[in-house]
Amino acid sequence: MAVVVQAESFDAGAELNAFSDGAGVGAVVSFTGVVRDTDGTLAVMEIEHYPGMTERAIAGIVDDAMARWALMDALVIHRHGTLLAGDPIMMVATKSAHRADAFAAADFLMDYLKSRAPFWKKETTADGSAWVDAKDADEDALARW
Amino acid sequence: MNVMYFAWVRERIGVPSEEVTTGAVTVADLVAELSAREERYAAAFADVTALRVAVDQELTTFDAPLAGAHEVAFFPPMTGG
Repeated sequence: MAVVVQAESFDAGAELNAFSDGAGVGAVVSFTGVVRDTDGTLAVMEIEHYPGMTERAIAGIVDDAMARWALMDALVIHRHGTLLAGDPIMMVATKSAHRADAFAAADFLMDYLKSRAPFWKKETTADGSAWVDAKDADEDALARW
Repeated sequence: MNVMYFAWVRERIGVPSEEVTTGAVTVADLVAELSAREERYAAAFADVTALRVAVDQELTTFDAPLAGAHEVAFFPPMTGG
């Protein structure tokens, strides 16, 4: 498993190709999160995190996924710092012999990364800056698992 | 112990972290102690249901004990992904 927390951008395609290798792999699932500019007004998105706890929390979530599904490997990349609309924020990839495990584990990882990994987003537009509120739906999504 | 603040909690309190000498038994005791100290803490901790807390980098609850803790962090609900 690999957990990468970095300010630098990443090439999701190259990461996915590198991750997809391996004997017995039958299914690879990936998700890439991108900075969304909902109203066309976003100047920058800043992502703050808690160095140390971030890596630890993500590793714990990945361990849970590896224990729960028959995964051959999992990859999580999450950025922090100042990002622009269209920039990749994060990526999750899973691989397994059969697709059901890879799909379910990737979905689980995304739900937990949203609400249990210590990142906070702040959006700046021409009107000023505001912290993005956590959504009840994101917290509720954890109950699925 | 080292007390850390993130996101709007950090902005409201005005520092990212500080050393605090305390006899607080639980996280809630520490919150009460800080809130009594200065208005900026009272403002940040006015509604703890809007906050989350980690002790030694593990998410926990406000009734968690602080015995042996080195690092306590306060922050709003996380918005990763």
